[in-house]
Amino acid sequence: MENYFNMELLAVSRNESFARSAVAAFAVELSPTIEQLNDIKTAVSEAVTNCIVHAYDKSKPGVIYIKAAISGRSVQIEIADNGTGIEDVDAAMQPFFTTKPEQERSGMGFTIMKTFMDELEVFSDRTGTRVLMKKYLGGKEA
Amino acid sequence: MEIFFNLSGGTLTVSLDGELDEHNSHFVRAKLDNLIAMHTFNYFVLDFSKVTFMDSTGIGVLLGRYKKLRAIGVPFVIKNTQPQVDKVFNASGLFNVITKI
Repeated sequence: MENYFNMELLAVSRNESFARSAVAAFAVELSPTIEQLNDIKTAVSEAVTNCIVHAYDKSKPGVIYIKAAISGRSVQIEIADNGTGIEDVDAAMQPFFTTKPEQERSGMGFTIMKTFMDELEVFSDRTGTRVLMKKYLGGKEA
Repeated sequence: MEIFFNLSGGTLTVSLDGELDEHNSHFVRAKLDNLIAMHTFNYFVLDFSKVTFMDSTGIGVLLGRYKKLRAIGVPFVIKNTQPQVDKVFNASGLFNVITKI
């Protein structure tokens, strides 16, 4: 690992934009293409939004823990929370699955993460959830 | 996020300006529902030329509006999506439901 950063964010929706921009900015040193940068922004947005919508009670927002590390040509991103956890991770990762259909949730968050990143792992129990994502980067040299 | 609209010849064109994520979704949903409730149009176009980012929350908002418009018999199309938005649409299969013109 050649570089990393950690940060903690309040799990509120106003931080969604900042979180995805921060992780994307960190990845810039690997000279990603615009598409790759947008892929990272989108995947991070999905993971962070899951924390905000599902992990904690809206009246008592908790903390989102974001870590990113660069190793060779890859960036590894971890988005974690100390929230309620996912009851059935396999089910949650199915397209269109949502525990909140009444809120017009598309249930596509994990599908987007899987599509836009090269690797995805999800660990969850009643103490919280960790989403680990990895993307291999690099475009044409300037 | 700002929303502009133009009604011309029975077509309501709504332009979104900004990022369509969970934070902005409530505002967008409420604004679009207000416009739909007026029902002074017979064709609904959503212009994405100034939408710089969208995640799957946007998919949920669009599907909800699609269902409402379908219930009143109004076609719903989108246009001018940028590559990042197109990629989210493609990943979710939303182009099978909502037409891009």
